[in-house]
Order: sequence, then C-alpha cells, then structure tokens
Amino acid sequence: MSATAFPAVTASALWRLMTAARGRSRIPYFWVTIVAAFVSLVSLMPLGFIAWITVQTGWETASKLIFRGRVGELLINTALLELCTLPLTITLSVALAWLTERTDLPGARLWSLLAVAPLAVPAFVHSYAWISLVPGLHGLPGGVLVSVLAYFPFLYLPVAAQLRRLDPAIEDAAASLGLDPWQVFFRAVLPQLRLAICGGSLLVGLHLLAEYGLYVMIRFDTFSTAIVDQFQSAFNGPAANMLAGVLVSCCLLLLLIEAVLRGGERYARVGSGAARPVERRRLGRLLFPALALNAATVALAIGVPFVTLTRWLYIGGADIWRIDVVGGAFGQTILLALAGGVLATIAAAPMAWLSVRAPGRLQRVLEACHYYVGSLPGVVVALALVTVTVRLVLPLYQTFATLFLAYIMLFLPRAMVGLRTSIAQAPVELERAAMALGRTPFQAVCQTTMRLAAPGIAASTALVALGITNELTATLMLSPTGVETLATKFWSLTSEIDYVAAAPYAVMMVLLSLPLTFLLYVQSRRATGQ
Amino acid sequence: MTFLTLDAISKSYGPTVALDAIGMSIEAGGRTAIVGPSGSGKTTLLRIIAGFETPDSGSLVLDGKTLASSDVLVPAHRRGIGIVSQDGALFPHLTVADNIGFGLAKHAPGRDQRIAELMEMVELDGVMAARRPHQLSGGQQQRVALARALALKPRLMLLDEPFSALDTGLRDTLRRSVARVLRAAGTTAILVTHDQAEALSFADQLAVLRQGRLVQFGPPRTLYGKPRDRETATFLGEAILLDADIASGRARCALGSLTVEAGHRVGQATVMLRPEQIRLKTAAAGTRIEGPFGHVDDVEFGGGNYMVLVRLDRSDRAMPDFLSIKCVGADIPEPGDLVGISVHGMAHVLPD
Repeated sequence: MSATAFPAVTASALWRLMTAARGRSRIPYFWVTIVAAFVSLVSLMPLGFIAWITVQTGWETASKLIFRGRVGELLINTALLELCTLPLTITLSVALAWLTERTDLPGARLWSLLAVAPLAVPAFVHSYAWISLVPGLHGLPGGVLVSVLAYFPFLYLPVAAQLRRLDPAIEDAAASLGLDPWQVFFRAVLPQLRLAICGGSLLVGLHLLAEYGLYVMIRFDTFSTAIVDQFQSAFNGPAANMLAGVLVSCCLLLLLIEAVLRGGERYARVGSGAARPVERRRLGRLLFPALALNAATVALAIGVPFVTLTRWLYIGGADIWRIDVVGGAFGQTILLALAGGVLATIAAAPMAWLSVRAPGRLQRVLEACHYYVGSLPGVVVALALVTVTVRLVLPLYQTFATLFLAYIMLFLPRAMVGLRTSIAQAPVELERAAMALGRTPFQAVCQTTMRLAAPGIAASTALVALGITNELTATLMLSPTGVETLATKFWSLTSEIDYVAAAPYAVMMVLLSLPLTFLLYVQSRRATGQ
Repeated sequence: MTFLTLDAISKSYGPTVALDAIGMSIEAGGRTAIVGPSGSGKTTLLRIIAGFETPDSGSLVLDGKTLASSDVLVPAHRRGIGIVSQDGALFPHLTVADNIGFGLAKHAPGRDQRIAELMEMVELDGVMAARRPHQLSGGQQQRVALARALALKPRLMLLDEPFSALDTGLRDTLRRSVARVLRAAGTTAILVTHDQAEALSFADQLAVLRQGRLVQFGPPRTLYGKPRDRETATFLGEAILLDADIASGRARCALGSLTVEAGHRVGQATVMLRPEQIRLKTAAAGTRIEGPFGHVDDVEFGGGNYMVLVRLDRSDRAMPDFLSIKCVGADIPEPGDLVGISVHGMAHVLPD
C-alpha cells in the first residue's frame, strides 16, 4: 500500500508544484496575451475593411473614385483646415499656458480652469452657438474659428503641464549666458515644450479630420461630412468607402508627421532633487494685453455658447422641456455611456495590465493596435461596422452589440491611458504576495492590482462615458432604430433648424460634461504636483 | 584690488529676512566660499549677485560697474556672470556641444574649435560632443555646465552647490579639477555650499552666513582656528569648547592652564580647541599622571583616524564629563585605558 502510495503522493505534489509554478509565471501572461491579441485583431478590423474593400472594388474603379475633382477639393479643404487651425491653436495655447503658469497674471488659477472649460461643450454645440449668433458664418474661416475655440484645450492642457514641470534653473542658465527674456523663451523654453506641442497638435489634428457635426453646421466640406453624405444617399456605395480610405490615409500621414517631428528623444529633467518652484515673471506693461487675450478667449469659447444657449432656453421657455422626450434621451444617453464606458475599460484592461507587467516587443505591437484605432474617425469605424455586419452578419446590423463595438474601438485609447497609469502604481509584489497566500493568478490580480487601481479605472471609465455622451457620427450611423441620445436628438432638431427645441439637449450634454472636465483639470494639476 | 563689492545687501520675503545688510569685498582672481546651514540665505545672495533676484536695499559693484543699487539694476543677461547650478541645468534638448556653445553666436567663426577647447579644458572626451545630457553621468553634466559657463569668458563664476549631487569620491576629484580650471582661466569664483570641508579646501576666502547675517569673513585657516562664536566653531569642524578663566595670557580650564593669544579680555570666557591639538598618552593603571587625565570610554574607527571618547576623571570645576578626541597613528588606546591628556598650541578664546 505504502509502496504504491508514496510515488503517487510525490507525483501529485510534483504536479501541483509544476502547475503552481506555471500558474504563477506563464499561464496568466499567456491567456491575457491571447485576450489582448483578440482585442487588437478587432481593432484592426477598420483597416482590414479599407484594404478589403479596395481590393474588391478593383484598382480601376478605385482609382476612378479616388482621383477625381471632388476628392481633390476635399483634400485641399482638409489641408487648409489643418494648416490654418494648428498654428493658430498652438500659438493661442502656448500663449495662454505661459500667461497662466509663468506670469503674475491676476487670477491665473481661474483663467487656467476657464481655458480647459471649453472641453465641456461638444464641438458641434460650439458651431451651433456660433451659427445662432452669426448666421452668415461658413466655410473655411468659420471652420477654423470654431475649431480653434473648440479644440485649443487639448493643446493647452499638455503645454501648461509641461511648463509647470520645467526646471527654472535652465532659464536662469540661459539668462546668465546673455539671452534676453524673449530669447530665453524661444531658445530654452519653447524647445522643451516640443513633445507637449506635438502630442497636443496630433490630438487636435485628428479631431479636425474626424469631426462631422461641427463642419456640417458651418457648411464646410471635409472627408467626414462627405462620407456621411454619401452614406446617407447611397448607403454603402464604393464612393463612401473610397473616401474613407483616403481619410484613413490622412490620419496615418498625420501620425507619421507627428512621429517624425517628435523624434526619438525624451526631455526628462536631468537633474536630481526637487526643482525650485518657478518664479512668475512680472507682466508690467503687458498686463492689459494679457488680460485682454484671456478675456477674449473665454468670451469666444465659453461666452458665446453660454449666451446662445441661455437665449434659446429663454425663448423656448417651459415648452421645450417635454420631459418624456428630453428625459428619454437623457436616460438612454446615460445608459449607453455607462455601459460603453465599462465595456471599453474591460476591453482595455488585459492590454493595460500586460504593458505594465510584461513589456516586450509583442506587447508593444499589440498596444500600438489598441492606440491606433482611437485615432480613426468615428465615421470610418462606423462605415466598416455597417459594411461588415450587412455583408457578413446581418442579424448584428443596427444592434446595440455593433454600437458598443464601435464605442469600444473609438475610446480604447482613453481607457488604456488611465488604466495603464493606475496599474503601474500598484506594486507587482502585492500580486505575488496574494498568490503566495493561495489565490489563483486571476484572483490575485483582481484582488490586489485592480482594487488599488480602482480610482484610476473609474476615472478612465468616466472619460470614455464622456466621449460617448458627446459622440455623434458613429451613433447616427449605427444606433438601433428608436435609440435617441442627447447628441442624435440635438442633431436631428438642428437639422430641421429648430434651434430652440435643440437647446435643452445641448445644455444637458454640457452639464454632464462639466464635472468630467473639472476632473480632467484637477488630474492634470495633480500629475504635476499642484 | 577689489573686484566685487557687496554693500549692505538686504532681502526679505514677506516677514522672513533672507539677507540682513550683507557686506563683503572680493579680490580679483580669488576663490570665495559662502557657507552656512540651509536657510542661511547663501543661495539668495548668489542669486542676487547673478541678477535672478533684486535686493531690497544695498548695492552691488562688479569691477567698478554698479550692477544693483537703489536706482540701477542690470538684468542677469547683461551682467556677464557665469553660473553653474546644483544639477547643471543643462538644456535637455541640445547635445553636449550645443550646450557648451549655447552662449556663442551660432555661426561665429571658430565656434567648433572653441567648443573643442572648452571640452578639453574641463576634461571631457571629444566623443561626448554628440551626446545628450541624459546620457551623461552627474560629474560629466557638471563639467559640461562649467564649460558652457566658461565659453563666454565670464569675469565672475558663481558655483551654486555644484558638487552636492555627486558621490564623495567624484566630488573631491571634480572640485580639484574645477579649481584648477578656474585658476587657469583666471576667473574669480564664488562657491556656495553647506559642506564645510568642501569650502575649506576650495576657497581662499570664506564667508560664514547664518540666518541672513554675515557672521565672519576671512581666510579659511583663520576662520577654522579663530572662529568668532560657538556655532561657527562647530560648523567648521569638530571643536572642544571649554569654560575658562582668562588671566595674563593663560586660560584655566578642565584641561589645565592653556596659553591663549595675548590681549584678550580677562575673566570668564569660552575657549576652543580643535581635536588635533590634543594628544593622548596611555598610562599603566594606578600611575600618577601630571595634568588632566581620564579613562577611555569608547573608540570609534573612522578610517584613517580614530575618535576616542574619554571620560574625564577630575571634575574640580564645571566641565564636560566626556571629550571626543581625534587620534591618528598606531598608538591608539583601548576602551578602559587610563590616558593622560596634553594640549598642543594655543587655545582660542571665543570673542562672544
């Protein structure tokens, strides 16, 4: 008995040891990698769709659809929009950031909060406000004006954060080497802002490519508006698909330009120890121009939407608050946003965990897939999903499943960023300790890292939810019949030029976005220790 | 010849007085160290000289030209004063060569050659020229910062704790090489540090700052041997402070009757001895010893020297029970040994 039992016991002990060892090191990474790879594959779908559709259409038809006057016009429009908007946005954001962070501007903290506040107003509500105020506004000048006002906080935030991080000793060194204050700014400060400016400009540039509502209202044709037009008139004709192909190429080109401009360098602060707190420069005679710039920006970017919305609400009175319709849209939006936020966070979690715990070449490739898909315009993702569901899985067409899939793809990067940073703050030793105390790897990760990362996870879920609340294009193209979000309801009312009835929806989108915008502001200040 | 004159420089931040009427004169080509505990105002003083801060009152004259006074203020970039800060403050976006050439005109003839010269001067290998600051070690960064500041041939070089972020060994090497480079370039230098050993070995003039006031100013040896008060005495090194009765050139204290400089006041005072003035002589237990004696309580090995803690046996007057004495050499007593204590040289009577 004992003679046979002994090896059996040893064997089972050995087996337990082996599985435990594998369980600790390989199995979680393996399975998590599989899941992350699956999410990556799904995110590659829109690109695959473009390639597939191009091949299927055939070169002759494709080239006929691509190399035509209309596409040329759209390309010129897009290039002009980017070339006018980006320099203006960069100049404005850098000036505002410098004024609020590095000078004795009175009320600097308030101005800095106000410089982030325009983010609470969706871009198409900005243009709605402007059209209400200046009905004649249209074309390139209108598009540039509203784009700058709607998107400059995307640049202001990183530039201001970077300005707070700079070591003032470097500016002192430049002055001691004979540079006057302006030269110090251009030769020592501005170059150190390059990464922040590149990153922010990329974000703004991609938004300019992707935005639909803003430019329809302001009557300025871009690829996104043209694709939706085509889609609505000819459903999923090859013309729309080819335009989507060109649009995706534009996005990739933008990503490439940014990568080249950014270069491979990191400007980490070299020194050790804490930097001396920055000294604020005295504005002196520049005080009034500086205050005027801040006040003008706030008036145009927040004042105009505020005044317009107030005016429409006043004109509309109580009649426009039909609680069944408005309340219904509100409820549906909240549900969609929360569910989408949770789903996107879950989808991003495996990759976020992997990229912190097991960085490697494969992980970097998978991560790139997660990030790239978020830079695709909503219209391209929606078009891809429409085509794929109609041709391959018709039952999924215009269902919540497709809509959520679109949301996951569009907001995957947002979920990733928050998750990554909060997971990185939870020490891996805790996972190991939990496993040593008998938890399975999955339990260990859930009970330690994910618990510790919970606040960060909640914040990134909220950011995704904010994105979904203000999402228009994909929701328009994909939502199941009967689904009305605040954005789509607002859109259909403004399309009927019923600006009064649209106002409550805009107000509610702004109100929902305000707390999250404030959260974004607080987070960016906390990240730099203020 | 006086090169830099500070006259009654004061600076306050709200209710905090950072500098209180600082005055000193610095000779051309000299190396001055400003020492003091943190918060003593030494960095503020340096920043005022550099032009990064404005004094509330007082004047600053460099080589006959007023840089700051009640009605003149020359901005930092027109002062021609070089500065090397604690962590180098290198421009992270530029290569080593571009950092060094930052102050030189972009297309000045001979720019590259000048950069190469400077790199050689501060003992940086030529291959470093294309590197970025973050690829350098701390010591190399400081060398680049020094070369960058030297490029414009400044008349005055300010060194703001430039060695404090480095390891001990590297710190000494770099300090010597910086001193050599500055001497070769004939540059007047002011070093700010909280490390007294660094200050003593680097400078030919020492300024001790405490709570915004200039406590003492003079050659390092003078300050070390004849500090003005207790704080300065202990700040500049180990000090044995004893209560004493002064009369006719002698101080009667726990260690017997010691010679002091003539001309001092008579009566109660504090005298200071440096540990190296005291010798211990081991004696067999039970022997009678002339003069003060005690038993060794503890011996601490300090690498190259020993700190011997002696419990004094004769307590005929108010005096410390223990003396900490630095011993060098082979004849180190063991704990429990009976030792005789003798004093060499003069005791210094603290003026205050």
